[in-house]
Amino acid sequence: MIVAVALAIGAFLVVFLVVPIASVVYTAFTSGDGGFTLSHVVTFFQISLMRESFWNSLYVAGMSVLIASAIAVPLAYFTVRYRFRGALLVQTLGVLPLIMPPFVGAVAMQLLFGRSGSVNLLLNDAFGFSIPFMAGLNGVIFVESLHYFPFILLNLAVSLRNIDGAMEESAQNLGTSGFRLFRRIVFPLALPGYVAGASLVFVKVFDDLGTPLVLGVSNMLAPQAFLRITSVGLEDPIGYVISVLMIVFSVAALGLAARILKGRDYATLQRGGTSLQKRSLSPMQTVAAYAWIGLVLLLVLSPHIGILLISFTKVWSYSVLPEGITLAHYATVFEQSSHMITNTLLYCGLAALFNVILGTAIAYIILRTKLPGRQMLDWTASAALAVPGVVLGIGYLRTFRGLELPFTDTALTASWIALVLAYTVRRLPYALRSCMAALQQMHVSLEEAAENLGAAKLRTIRRIVVPLMAGGILAGFVTSFITAAVELSATIMLSASASQAPMSYGIYLYLQSIAGRGPGAALGVIAVVIVGLGTYASHRLLQAQSTAGEQRLVNT
Amino acid sequence: MKAYRQVVVLAAAVFAGAALADTITVVTSFPKELTSAYKAAYEKKYPNDKLEILNKGTSSGIAFVREQPAGARAEVFWASAPDAFEVLAAGNLLEKVDIPSSGIPDKIGSYPINDPEGYYRGQALAGYGLMWNTRYLQAHKLPPPKEWADLTKPVYFGHVATSAPSRSGTTQLTYETILQGEGWDAGWTQILQIGGNSAAVTERSFGVPDGVQNGQFGIGLVVDFFGLAAMASGFPVEFVYPSVTAIVPANIGAIAGSKNPEGAKRFIAFTLSEEGQQLLLSPKISRLPVLPAAYAKAPAGYPNPFDGTIKAKVNFDSALSESHYYVVSSLFDQIITFRLKELQAATKAIQDADKRLGGRQSKELDEAKRLAWTAPVSAAQSKDKELLATFKSKKGDDATIRRRTQIEEEWSSKAKANYARAVELANAVK
Repeated sequence: MIVAVALAIGAFLVVFLVVPIASVVYTAFTSGDGGFTLSHVVTFFQISLMRESFWNSLYVAGMSVLIASAIAVPLAYFTVRYRFRGALLVQTLGVLPLIMPPFVGAVAMQLLFGRSGSVNLLLNDAFGFSIPFMAGLNGVIFVESLHYFPFILLNLAVSLRNIDGAMEESAQNLGTSGFRLFRRIVFPLALPGYVAGASLVFVKVFDDLGTPLVLGVSNMLAPQAFLRITSVGLEDPIGYVISVLMIVFSVAALGLAARILKGRDYATLQRGGTSLQKRSLSPMQTVAAYAWIGLVLLLVLSPHIGILLISFTKVWSYSVLPEGITLAHYATVFEQSSHMITNTLLYCGLAALFNVILGTAIAYIILRTKLPGRQMLDWTASAALAVPGVVLGIGYLRTFRGLELPFTDTALTASWIALVLAYTVRRLPYALRSCMAALQQMHVSLEEAAENLGAAKLRTIRRIVVPLMAGGILAGFVTSFITAAVELSATIMLSASASQAPMSYGIYLYLQSIAGRGPGAALGVIAVVIVGLGTYASHRLLQAQSTAGEQRLVNT
Repeated sequence: MKAYRQVVVLAAAVFAGAALADTITVVTSFPKELTSAYKAAYEKKYPNDKLEILNKGTSSGIAFVREQPAGARAEVFWASAPDAFEVLAAGNLLEKVDIPSSGIPDKIGSYPINDPEGYYRGQALAGYGLMWNTRYLQAHKLPPPKEWADLTKPVYFGHVATSAPSRSGTTQLTYETILQGEGWDAGWTQILQIGGNSAAVTERSFGVPDGVQNGQFGIGLVVDFFGLAAMASGFPVEFVYPSVTAIVPANIGAIAGSKNPEGAKRFIAFTLSEEGQQLLLSPKISRLPVLPAAYAKAPAGYPNPFDGTIKAKVNFDSALSESHYYVVSSLFDQIITFRLKELQAATKAIQDADKRLGGRQSKELDEAKRLAWTAPVSAAQSKDKELLATFKSKKGDDATIRRRTQIEEEWSSKAKANYARAVELANAVK
């Protein structure tokens, strides 16, 4: 049974990920007459620009993880550990940066933090100097950390919730408290969530294309690959060599993260009822905590505030605030593009659903079975993180050329099913990380107990494993849903008609022209609101579930 | 249950849509204002046809067309860059269409409006010019520029934005115009000086007008319709054509192996008719028709390349442009796009040294200028057949690619070393 499932997943990954990518990147290893060659790889290493790009990418990814951690760890810790009004709101708002497509966020960030952005105009008026927030590698780090820290926040918050309160109590009984308690007990126990989040941030930033391009930084690997692959009229194998190296490097980074966690035990026995004790803060501490969180949220939500302003105004140019309030942009969007909203919900909902099903299954196979070669599933799925959307898009068009859907005369690549498949494959790593972290924290003896009581394997999974993993699965669903909703590069390649296109395509389209900036921002705001509501609802669901758990415990 | 029903309804809609025979799919890189105006007008005139607009970036559009099987391809390709059409024609993806071009002249200046081989047609004209943000120039107390050469002046340091020839066909034509107008060596000096004054080299050509209209950049090198449309939308920007500029057609062509070749022909004919050409005059579109008669209904002051409102002084040699196309693109990227930080530093150091000298001569500074503002390829080398062939070859054979990478590496490291040396020399000038 398990073997059949594993094979089915493997086959899915091969058909919809490995083959399409291979059909494109084989150029990296082919010589002019079609034979195999490593000459392009050798050439790659001889180009000084490439070595420089590699170090730049590495530096930016590493620094982004540090800064994202500085934002996310306190947010997660405060909201989970302390009795805190609005903890739910903080966690929902904290996810919002992910919903903003980087190319939209960058437009707003330029207007607020750019060379002639609001902040610098004010600084210049008052003090006569300005700060280049958005220039060079540091600009990329600034934008990337603000954009991707939610990966750490989401995964760490789930991990913290799953810690057995008894561990903390024992430590306190033995005389530990304060920062030492956090450093020695709480954080190490939550490490799977942190590592899952941090490794995602690292790989995502390493592979991210949109931000450096919008900020005009081209000396990094992803922009170099993109610029070479999309040059009109030239088939440049070096671009594909970069793609291959990025895939290898990303998988290696995730493998390293797995090694860090290996050989240690993070599982705790008790669940739900006795999670970490919630504490109260003193009035002073409360004020300080709120002020700090407020400041961080203001920074983090600045792109959203900017987009909101653009969507309601006529002109914003070289001024602190925009001018001329109008509702016309929303009218335009509802008139022209309302179908795109339904399309996004449908495609991304389906993709996220497939993702948590696949993610749970792969996590179970890897952590609970001894199937030979099971790690291959993880590595293959994670490779998708590093595949540029353009490459996957071209790969789909090439691999499934002429393949028609059964019972119709529509080609697979001309239907929206291709979009759902591409989203599923591209966002699977997110769901997989969350599911793996959730299962790592669950002690195997809970399953053994169920089996000892006579439950069959399948029943154990259904009644014990999946409910206990619920938090992680939900986090996985949310991250894959919202990141799929803002996916652009594969979307542009695979959208075969305007009527079937999702919102991200619509936003991109509007932002292609000067008069379209307002409607584009309006559509962006609608996207943020819809996905934000969804995230809030799922957090509510999670909280209701854990209170219900506590209730049950009290009743018994 | 509801969601399930939605899936079924959507799926049904998809399949029904595919079954309609009279759909005309247009792959384009043009903005929504333009495409929706054409869609509305065309569908009104031909109620039995359905126009499906697929907006993709130029290179995504080419890949999309190429990867579809013959017989199931989209009908029409509609974009600015002439090189995109050359690539499609070379891949046998374009079909010659026989549409009488009544009233459309053969040439604009010395540039042919239609493809001489007949694979694609000029549908609108575009000229390059300078666009600036009036508030930005006022705040920084800068005079508005008039000519390309103005952008080399020290006052504009850090205020200019441009795209790269490798990323945008129109940018390539602008720099080609400078190269042909000034000659190869002097042209590159000017281009390097403009590059040194630039705050950014954007990845897309739209990045330039976008940054100018929101005030991130002061002045940009842009295609006319971006500037004219931004002015029409109420942004505080202005636009001029410099006296040396290139005017070139944006093109439209029928894709070979499409489902509905008759429909393709109908739509292309419509875009070239007087009715279709007049749509270009709408303020939010602001493009130049290829049909001189269409200007009769243009608003007062609308630029007209056929009556001398815009002059193209350079006798543009498209064969020359074609021959060193990839050398120019790659050279620009290696010494300007990827080395922008170093070039900016060198330019700043030289400008500061010039100020300190206050008109006095200095051998060191002249040497610094020579190092920073000379391209690593001389006029004679740029005609070298072997060099041109290395960059033109589209086949990925190992030796050519190794050679090409090697040359690029030489340019890149030479530029880097020269810029660093120029900074040293200029800083030493007292």
